[in-house]
Amino acid sequence: MARRVDGNGNGNGHRASPAERLAEVGEKVRGSQAWASIFRPGSIFRKGYTDSPRNRSYVVMNSLIYHLHPVKVKRHAVKVSYTLCLGGLSFFLFLLLTVTGIFLMFFYRPTTAQAWADIETLETSITFGLLVRNMHRWAAHLMVLSVFLHMSRVFYHGAYKPPREFNWVIGVILLTLTLLLSFTGYLLPWDQLALWAVTVGTNMMGYTPVFGSQVRFVLLGGVEIGGETLLRWYVLHVLMLPFVIVIFMAIHFWRVRKDGGISGPL
Amino acid sequence: MTEVPEHLLKRSAERRAALGAPPAGGGAAADPSAPATASDAGASDAPADDGSKIPAHLLARSQAAKEAAGGGSPATTGAAATAAAATAVATAPAPVAKGPEGHTQRLLTVVKAGSIQDVKATPTDKVHTWPHLLIGEFIACLSCSAFLLVFSAVVNAPFLAAANFNFTPNPSKAPWYFLGLQELLTMFHPMVAGVTIPGIGIFGLMLAPYIDKNPSQKPEDRKFAISLFTLFFMFWAVLVIIGTLFRGPGFNFTFPWRDGVFFDL
Repeated sequence: MARRVDGNGNGNGHRASPAERLAEVGEKVRGSQAWASIFRPGSIFRKGYTDSPRNRSYVVMNSLIYHLHPVKVKRHAVKVSYTLCLGGLSFFLFLLLTVTGIFLMFFYRPTTAQAWADIETLETSITFGLLVRNMHRWAAHLMVLSVFLHMSRVFYHGAYKPPREFNWVIGVILLTLTLLLSFTGYLLPWDQLALWAVTVGTNMMGYTPVFGSQVRFVLLGGVEIGGETLLRWYVLHVLMLPFVIVIFMAIHFWRVRKDGGISGPL
Repeated sequence: MTEVPEHLLKRSAERRAALGAPPAGGGAAADPSAPATASDAGASDAPADDGSKIPAHLLARSQAAKEAAGGGSPATTGAAATAAAATAVATAPAPVAKGPEGHTQRLLTVVKAGSIQDVKATPTDKVHTWPHLLIGEFIACLSCSAFLLVFSAVVNAPFLAAANFNFTPNPSKAPWYFLGLQELLTMFHPMVAGVTIPGIGIFGLMLAPYIDKNPSQKPEDRKFAISLFTLFFMFWAVLVIIGTLFRGPGFNFTFPWRDGVFFDL
């Protein structure tokens, strides 16, 4: 008998190739309930994408993007020369800072005895530690810059005028929060730069009329910078201020859409 | 055919009696207490119009029109009910089941377009977010990431010796965005420089839309506002640049090209 014997034993000369098996698994996954729950009816992940106005709408409507953008925007709003992408980049830098910041948190303990040594270990002994710390720091400076430039851009376009007055106020609050986030992060490496920069900054705070020394005491957790300050600023930096800024960002983005998208062409 | 409930038939008969109208038209079952049979229900359409409020002259006009049209070929109207009404008119001048054109509804009111829903939105030139906006955003994010990655691989963040309370570096500088304030500190009382001026700055910015009542967005109409903001912007930029590059030991004025830069980012 010269007939070839196949793995599946039925001798019809067919054996499921890896590609076919993969396709079968893919079909099974796409037929599952979990898949159907994530990718809504009409999703391009269910029926494939061909370029049509309907599918262009579905890309936005059936994804997380719908929380940020409407299906259609004014034609002039997509011009890079109008916005310079500053607001969007500020938000993107915030996301980048969150991701790199979470990485840094794995290797950092906010105590006077360990903070500096932890950063040194991070820079010298941990894979990508130096790179991620560098990215976190440069992204932070860049975010302060981009938020400030975004504000300037909005001012020069007169985009704070009705109906966007409220959103402008939210924006100024976001600028303040960005500065506070950056400043609280400044102390955490616990090196000479951190300690004395924060000393200069908080000494100025102490001159607030009426309750200046109280404000300073609460922020420092004592009369001088020390371990309590480090812990306080750590919690402010990784938890409280991000929490607050996310709320204000949500309001900010929501108002952008409610006020009719970004301001019109000049 | 709908079944008319008995109590309604009875009430209608009583009303008719009160108005002095004939109990039923069309010569069909006249007894209101009789059960509503198929033939009865068919005929009950006819007397129903008797009590309706269609003015007599309108009915007469419609009947005349129908006679003129339906006289030739009543079957062409297609609706059996209309035909029946037409023949009923032909046989008897009594009011019939239908209004003009055989309609059984009445016109209550005419709502002019735009009187309820006034559409103010004017069509604007719009494009799809995907791909026009999202592609741009994606490229911007990617470029930003690439720049940061390369920059971070090349330039290290400053990391000085461990914090030491017994050794104050000279000069001690705040983060760059506060160096404008530190610069003011050399000219004013700390409360003015550290609290009053930045406080006025922040609140002034917040109040900008409420102070600036000029509705125009055009730069040529906003010369004062733009000048003021540019002044504000340049004021801070110059102070920050002086604070970062032109301040050396003792926070004294230096030139970066002569004495070097006393600053860590």
